[in-house]
Amino acid sequence: MDFDLILRVYPYFLEAALVTIELAVLSIILGLACGALGAYARLSRWASLRFAGATYVSVIRGTPALIQLFILYFGGPQIGIQLDAFEAGVIGLGVNIGAYMTETIRGAIIAVDKGQIEASRTLGMGGWQTMRYVILPQAARLMIRPLGVNINAQIKGTALVAAISVVELTYTAQRYIGSTYKPFEMFFLAGIIYMVIIYATGLGINWLDRRAQIK
Amino acid sequence: MGLDFTVLPGYFDALLLGSLWTIAIMLVAAVISFFGGILLAVIALYTPAIIRYPFRVFSFVFMGTPLLLQLFLIYFGLIQIGIDLPAFVAGVIGLGLHYAVYNSDIIQAGILAVDKGQHEGARTLGLSRGQTIRKIIVPQAVRTVIPPIGNNLIALLKDSALVSVIGVAELTLTSQLAISKTFRPFEFYLAAAACYYVINLGLEYGLRQIEKRVAAAR
Repeated sequence: MDFDLILRVYPYFLEAALVTIELAVLSIILGLACGALGAYARLSRWASLRFAGATYVSVIRGTPALIQLFILYFGGPQIGIQLDAFEAGVIGLGVNIGAYMTETIRGAIIAVDKGQIEASRTLGMGGWQTMRYVILPQAARLMIRPLGVNINAQIKGTALVAAISVVELTYTAQRYIGSTYKPFEMFFLAGIIYMVIIYATGLGINWLDRRAQIK
Repeated sequence: MGLDFTVLPGYFDALLLGSLWTIAIMLVAAVISFFGGILLAVIALYTPAIIRYPFRVFSFVFMGTPLLLQLFLIYFGLIQIGIDLPAFVAGVIGLGLHYAVYNSDIIQAGILAVDKGQHEGARTLGLSRGQTIRKIIVPQAVRTVIPPIGNNLIALLKDSALVSVIGVAELTLTSQLAISKTFRPFEFYLAAAACYYVINLGLEYGLRQIEKRVAAAR
């Protein structure tokens, strides 16, 4: 293990880690939006919306994220979508994790006891009021932990955008492996940074989950 | 540049071959991840701390870092210490180990869910500790955790696209080669996505059959 080398290159890795974090945060926000919309569609009264939601989930979860990124980034210009690598990364990863989050959010909503809906309707609340004041607050508690699993997966998933040459952590490690021929050192460095990011996120999710539980 | 799907039929054979390679990678990696998962689970639950802890670190590292990085390490890193693996071997080992760690978590839960009386009963009948684990506990545990392991297998199929970056000529790399000749990324990646989707449907069907048989055997 060449620690001198690690000490020399680590600032570049930290810079790249910022890009990884940026990618993760933006794509997770987009993913949550897609997930909420998807869950809304899948639970909708209208069959066409339900079908659209189900198709979104099935197609995205049935194909590799890498291929989705490639279609968007390399294939996009053919149908008039010009994105730079970072934008394609955020949108591709966000839409991808959104399909998984759709199922997480939908699962949490349908896990809320049916009696709750009946009771609020009996009390004279409308459909939206029931959702807003009765179902969602309870579902939100249930979905924190499974969404945490999605988020954890997404942080590691950001490594994929190295394949469309976004200069994030994995791409940086790969580039330094190429120029120094020291794969173990570079893996060690990048790996530790990923683990710190994931560990810190995990602590955040646990804190949120503990806070959200009713004592 | 518009879309022109008429270029696809000329590469039908190539895409088919790529799909077969993807299936082969998935199957080999699935076997490694299944038995590796059982081994890791047994180590985590039944061995003394001195063996258990190094493996726990191993699991922590494999769960906490991206698969892509692990593939680079196995393929390019092992060359540094003199082990030159062919890309296919490096790819299936990387995929297999990555998912072995995930399977191990599930199988551990399955082992803990097996009734304690089974262990006591087996020992009373004169089976050794190793025999009890191998012949009584693990088979029952694996049966209960087939569905979540199946989910991991579906994830593994999709992650198999990553081995294209270390140069295994599976479906993704095959489409990239076709694109480099035709300059038609949208058409070929869409075709590749369709192939993955079909393989995925087949896999899901297969998993349902296995689940049914396992449920019937119980």
